[in-house]
Formats: sequence, structure tokens, C-alpha cells
Amino acid sequence: MLPLPGWTRAFAFDDVTRRTRRARRPRAAIAGLLLLTVLALVAVGAPWLAPADPFALSGPALAAPSPDHPFGTDDLGRDVYTGVIHGAWSSLLVGVASAAAATAIGLVIGGFAAIRAGAIDHLLMRVTEFAQAVPRFFLVVVVVSLFGGRLWLVIAAIALTAWPATARIFRAQVLNTLGRDFVMAARACGSSDARILLRHVMPLTAAVLAAQVSYQVGGAILSEAGLSFLGLGDPRIMTWGTLLGAAHQTVSEAWWVALFPGLALTVTVLGCNLLGDALLQRDAESGR
Amino acid sequence: MTREVTVTRWALGRLLVALPVVLGVTTLTFVLIHVAPGDPIYLLAGDGGSPAYYAEMRAKYGLDRPLVEQFVRYVHAVATGDLGYSFMFQSPVLRLLLDHAAASLLLGFAALVLGSAVGFGAAVLCVVTQSRGLDALVRGAATVAYAAPVFWTGQIFILIAAVKLGWLPVGGMSSARETLVGVEWMVDVARHLLLPAVTLALPLAAVVARVSLASLIEGLRETHVRATYARGLSRARVIGRHVIPNALVPVTALVGQHAADIVAGAALTEALFGWPGVGYLVLHGSLHRDYPLVTAAFILISTSVVMFNALSDAAIAWLDPRIRLR
Repeated sequence: MLPLPGWTRAFAFDDVTRRTRRARRPRAAIAGLLLLTVLALVAVGAPWLAPADPFALSGPALAAPSPDHPFGTDDLGRDVYTGVIHGAWSSLLVGVASAAAATAIGLVIGGFAAIRAGAIDHLLMRVTEFAQAVPRFFLVVVVVSLFGGRLWLVIAAIALTAWPATARIFRAQVLNTLGRDFVMAARACGSSDARILLRHVMPLTAAVLAAQVSYQVGGAILSEAGLSFLGLGDPRIMTWGTLLGAAHQTVSEAWWVALFPGLALTVTVLGCNLLGDALLQRDAESGR
Repeated sequence: MTREVTVTRWALGRLLVALPVVLGVTTLTFVLIHVAPGDPIYLLAGDGGSPAYYAEMRAKYGLDRPLVEQFVRYVHAVATGDLGYSFMFQSPVLRLLLDHAAASLLLGFAALVLGSAVGFGAAVLCVVTQSRGLDALVRGAATVAYAAPVFWTGQIFILIAAVKLGWLPVGGMSSARETLVGVEWMVDVARHLLLPAVTLALPLAAVVARVSLASLIEGLRETHVRATYARGLSRARVIGRHVIPNALVPVTALVGQHAADIVAGAALTEALFGWPGVGYLVLHGSLHRDYPLVTAAFILISTSVVMFNALSDAAIAWLDPRIRLR
């Protein structure tokens, strides 16, 4: 191969020397995992970290951060710190529940389409394309306007638009694998379709699917936050979006109401994206 | 056949492909209206009419008829642009949406241009300077900017540029107190546009920067690029003529894929800045249970996202002559 001119070399991650590359790759993954672990711990520990009711009036309105209120209070005198801690729980719930539902739907549809092939495959793929074309955020807005803002509805609406990517990836992977010898062997041994999918195809595509789950968690958290920001979320549940909605009214007087929930939201979504990127890159380098 | 004819035919074909999506979204909306709790007449005709009005609407949508007939009537109403009446704004929904479309298009277009230019520019700068520090900075900033929601970054921008520094207006599309004309009016709108456009452009610039960086670096490795370099062309010329044009293709595809995200981000940005666009309208409608407005806007926005995708496909075909229009 021709040697590359010097100026093409410096910045590309795959021609940095092997040693630094190895040192560099896991950093993003570790950072992502660490951020999500902290989120999970905060979410689970919410009753101990911030025992107060996040909706309760806990001090003067728009009080600046102080030892009593580390993140200040909002326009209704609610403690922002308590809100941020409790918001971790609802964000995690929305993210994990909708990603899990979306993955389940995607695996069933993608796997079924690939195994059955023919007309069923065609039909399911058209449905998938349609679901992908529906603007997710506005579907959630419509559902919430018509049915009322309940958390499970928000989760369901997000999940119903988030599965197509999983379905397509899984279908492609199944089609790619079905002709291989070890699948033939499994089939000759009498394995069922479901067993072939779960035991022989899934492991090969696990990293890409896990990356997808990671992105879905981040995307769902963002969608829910946007909804609550607009005041369309579940009014009984404190989320970061609720706090940001309150902050919007008072941003000129109280920067703290906007800063902390937004930071929590950004860092969480960042963690999901970093983890997803790292998983995808790992898969690309494993060369399967 | 000349290329122009092919493009026209292809565009018509694309419209036909978009049709099932629009019909699907209309069906979905119809199903949601009928599954939702409560009498569907309020969801179809809105809250706040007189009994006589509801009787008229019941007849129009055929609510005493079989579901299939109701569906046909609903699709017919949507297809003919009869999207209902908004009691909240005292205006037909279609008119309302069209009145607000210009503001949305202005904001969306400004953000699209700004985001693509900044993102692509940053990537090109990394490639040209080959500075490791700059590369790390752009990658890092892009990763963070992509994760940050517009309704947070927007508030930070308002806080800094409008409240602390007082340079720019906090929201709205024009200064209400003065009646400006001509150039002064345009400057005023541009000043109002700047913050929302930057807010909406930020996540777009982030994705564009990441993908362009990857495709520019890949482009540098192509044998034809190395060959031109070996022939003694300057670095600027190699990058400008042989690397950048190819890198534009995946970036355009990416912008098309993110159409729905851009539109959703635009709605949130409009809500944050009080920018009088379609998104702002829908969200207000949703808060005030203006069902005809919300459902009609959903259908219209879905349609525009499909159109946006088609446009990006057309742009890709134009940029890359190897791609055959199907």
C-alpha cells in the first residue's frame, strides 16, 4: 500500500498508534457507564438522598442556592435539589421501560419478518418504514392531548415509535446469519425458529442491539423531558422537564432553576450516547 | 432521457411513496380519536361549540354511521383541506397552520443553514489544520452539544445574551411596541431570529460535525485522492475539489434522516422563545385541548417530514451522480 502523506495521518482515530488507540477507546465507554451508574444509584437512592416531597413548598420562592437549598428553589418554593434527585428516578423509568418495550417489539417483528420471509416480511417491513416515518415527538403530543398525560401512556407512545431501528438491524442480522453452516446444523438438530434466533443469532448482534438500547434510553428521556417542559407530562411525577418548564418562566431572575435539571438531563443523555458509541465501535472493530 | 426529465419523474414517484405515509398517519389519527375516552365529536370538532354546531358536525363526520363510512368521511375531509375549526383561535385550522408556516420555515431554514455550515466548517477546519487539539475539541463539543436539549441550551442562551448582556430580545418574532418598516423591520426580525436559530442549529451542527469528520477522513484515504496528491496538487485543492464534494453526500443524507428530530426541536425552540410558528401553535393547542388543531397539525407535520426526506434524497442524487434515481 502507498504510504499516506503526513497530513492525512494526525487526526484519524484508526491511524493513531495501536497503544494509544487501546487506551482511548474504553475511556468513552467507561465514562458513559459511570454516568449511568451514578444516575441509577441516585434514582434508587432518591428516598434517602432527598426524603422530602419534590412538589412540597419548602422555602421562599426563587431562593438562591444555599446550604438549606443546595440548588435553590423555584417559583413555587419547591426545592430544586429534591426535584433533580427525584427526576433521576422518573427519567430512568421512562428511559428503561420504553427502550425495553421498543427492543421487545423490534426483536419480534424483525425476527419474524426475516424467518417467515416473503409476503409477511414485505408487509412487516412496510409497517416498520411507516413507524419510522411518524414524527415521534408529535405522536406523543397527540396521544397525551387525547388521552391525558399519564406516564405509562408517554412510555407506550415513545416505545411505539422507537422500535423500527431495532427491527431493521435484527432482521438484517438474521438474514445474514440464516445461511451459515452453524444455523443449518442447529436446524438439522431440530432447533425451533425461536431457539435459533435466541441462541445463534442474538449473540452475534448483541453489541449493536445493546448500542441501540442505549440510544433509545437517551432518546426516550429527552422526549419525556420535552413533553414535561411543555407542561404535557404526567402532573403527578416530578421530572427534569417539569423543572425546566418552571425555569423557563423565571430564567431572568433565577438561573439555578434552569441550570441544575438541564445539567442532569444533558449528562444522562450524554452517558447513554457515549455508551452506545463505544458499543458500536467495539462491534465494528471486532469484525464479525 | 435527459437528467431533468428523470428528476421530474422521480419526484412524482417520490410523492406517490409519500402518500401511503400520509394516509397511514391519517388512519392512526382517526383510530386515536375513536379509541380515546370521551365522545369523539369533541375531539373532531373541538371544545366550545353550540349544540347546533355539534349536531351539524355529527352529521358531517357521520358519527351515527358505521365506522368505515366515518373513516371515509374523515379522510375526505382531511384530503380536501377541511381540517376543522379552532375555537381557541377562532379560525379554521388549515388557515391557522398556513399563517404560522412562514415563521417556522424561516426559523427552520436559518437553523439548517447555520447548523450545517458550522458543523461542516468545523470538520473541514480539523482536516485542514490537522490539529489534534482542535479535533479533540470539535469531537468533544459535538458529543456534548448533541446530548443537550434545546429547551435547556436555549434558556442558557437567553440568560447570557438577553438577560445578562442585554444584546438580544428574549423572545417573540418582532418588537411589539414599535411599528417598523422595510430594512428596520428585517433587522428587528433578524435580531429576534438569532437566538432561536442558534439554539436549534446547535444539535444539528453537532451531528453534522461528527459525520463530516468521519467522511472527510475516509475521503482522504481514497486512492483517487492520494493519486491527485501524488500528482502534486496543493492540499487546499485536493481537499476542496476531491474530498469535500464526496463528504457532502453522507451529510445531506444525515440531515434528511434527522428531519423529524429537527421539526420536534423546532417546536420546542418555538415554545421556548415564543416564536409564532406551527410548533408553538400545536403546543398551545395541546395545552388547551384544541383537538382539531393538534390532530391536523400532526398530519401536516408528518407530511412535511416525509417531504423533507424526499428533498434530502433529491439533494443527494444531485450531489452524487452515481446514485440512480429510483
